[in-house]
Amino acid sequence: MESSFLGQILDILKRYWPSLALGIQNTLIISLSGTLIGLCIGLIVGGIRAIRLDYTASPAAVFGKKVLDRLGKIYIDVFRGTPMMVQAVFLYYALLNVVHWNKLTAAIFVISVNTGAYMAEIIRSGIQAVDIGQTEASRSLGMSNIQTMMNVVLPQAVRNAFPAIGNEFIVNIKDSSVLMIISIADLMFQAKSIAGSTFQFTATYGITAAIYFILTSIASLILNSIERKMNASSTSFPQSDTDPSNMVLATENAGEEHYE
Amino acid sequence: MSEAVVEIHDLHKSFGSLEVLKGIDFSVAPGEVVCLIGSSGSGKSTLLRCINLLEKPDKGVIRVFGEDILSIRNVDRYRANVGMCFQQFNLFKNMNVLKNCMIAQEKVLKRSSKEAEEKAMFFLKKVGMEAFANADPSRISGGQKQRVAIARALCMDPDLMLFDEPTSALDPEMVKEVLEVMKQLAVDGLTMIVVTHEMGFARQAADRVVFMDKGVIEEEGSPEEIFTNPKSARTREFLQHFIND
Ligand SMILES: Nc1ncnc2c1ncn2[C@@H]1O[C@H](COP(=O)(O)OP(=O)(O)O)[C@@H](O)[C@H]1O
Ligand SMILES: [Mg+2]
Repeated sequence: MESSFLGQILDILKRYWPSLALGIQNTLIISLSGTLIGLCIGLIVGGIRAIRLDYTASPAAVFGKKVLDRLGKIYIDVFRGTPMMVQAVFLYYALLNVVHWNKLTAAIFVISVNTGAYMAEIIRSGIQAVDIGQTEASRSLGMSNIQTMMNVVLPQAVRNAFPAIGNEFIVNIKDSSVLMIISIADLMFQAKSIAGSTFQFTATYGITAAIYFILTSIASLILNSIERKMNASSTSFPQSDTDPSNMVLATENAGEEHYE
Repeated sequence: MSEAVVEIHDLHKSFGSLEVLKGIDFSVAPGEVVCLIGSSGSGKSTLLRCINLLEKPDKGVIRVFGEDILSIRNVDRYRANVGMCFQQFNLFKNMNVLKNCMIAQEKVLKRSSKEAEEKAMFFLKKVGMEAFANADPSRISGGQKQRVAIARALCMDPDLMLFDEPTSALDPEMVKEVLEVMKQLAVDGLTMIVVTHEMGFARQAADRVVFMDKGVIEEEGSPEEIFTNPKSARTREFLQHFIND
């Protein structure tokens, strides 16, 4: 029994590795582009939602902001409040006659707008975690709301939110499996067809689970190493400046200059 | 007759039901250094923040260089001309020291990056921080941060500088390095309004000292008048706390 199960697995791998490889490729394409496009959507939607207009804003800006806030809220609530599988079938068929899209495009579209809704909230809370003093300093130098957001607040928010953003990628690797509902040839879809022709369900889905696990593990290793690099770069700077004797010297010089 | 830099009439500001400024009349002449003193909660920060429009006054008039700032359209352009230094420094955490001093020059004044860098290095040198141009703000001391924040504001060539307790968050040994920089600015003729608890600084560097109490200006005068011969009992009582300065 033991060896025959192993035999089944090896047999499936040997016979079906090209279709599994295609499935892995599609799963990675869908989840990676979904995460990146979703991040862009999140930056825009979350960024706009987090802007706090002060009284100096024009009435047009206030009105526009109100409209955008309302739309953003609806978008976020709808896409977080319904299953992605339902979103996928609904959007795929609803838009099929309008855009005549292929399944891969449709899959990437669905996962992107779904991820965007989560990213918007991640970015928004990342922005709100940035010290208000950063905004006030920027505004006091004459930078506009948008300039402040783009140059000061968003970069800090993205860095702070990086773990949550990376987590969306891991989630997408797994959750993209529901997109097989629109017959996109992702890993889960390939597994289903292999199981359908071999009737070896346990072995096939065992392999599939193992592959998903390996994919998410590699992704999380990569994300962790990026995060470590980012943290290292924020606390290191050219040699001459880290030299403590240099610091003391500069301070003393400053003092001397002004005492005279 | 030289026009006042700042002219404030009957300024009122409330937060909800709390009236913080209860009719402030106040003016600052060109090149004048005014120190605002007063106990915590008396409205000093709110007054400063009204002057660069971080807060919206409820009532009153603020004219800066003759312009009624409560009705100007381009607030960003106005703010670029009024420097502000905060108690918590507020250096941009995602930029090094040099970039902190360049960003607003590039974005607001549309200076080239070469021009902005030259200007930034000039003022970093002035505050004794040029050796730290490439440093990350998280890696320098509080006093150094505040000197960089001052340089950052000066890079915009402001005609007026506002300081909100620039040394209150500093360890005692770092207070002096910041005050020395500010004294130099005073000597250079920059118009400054400084909220401070450093009575030594006020005595030496201020042309005028304004004592605020519970949302009104209780007394103002030369440092000499305020510190050696205050007219108001409240002023006297407040200054009792600083008898050792
Ligand atoms: N944004 C705000 N919202 C509500 N209350 C505020 C706000 N800013 C200041 N206050 C209140 O206004 C009063 C005066 O504050 P402030 O101007 O900071 O005084 P000071 O700088 O003299 O210590 C304080 O009681 C403070 O709690
Ligand atoms: Mg204050």
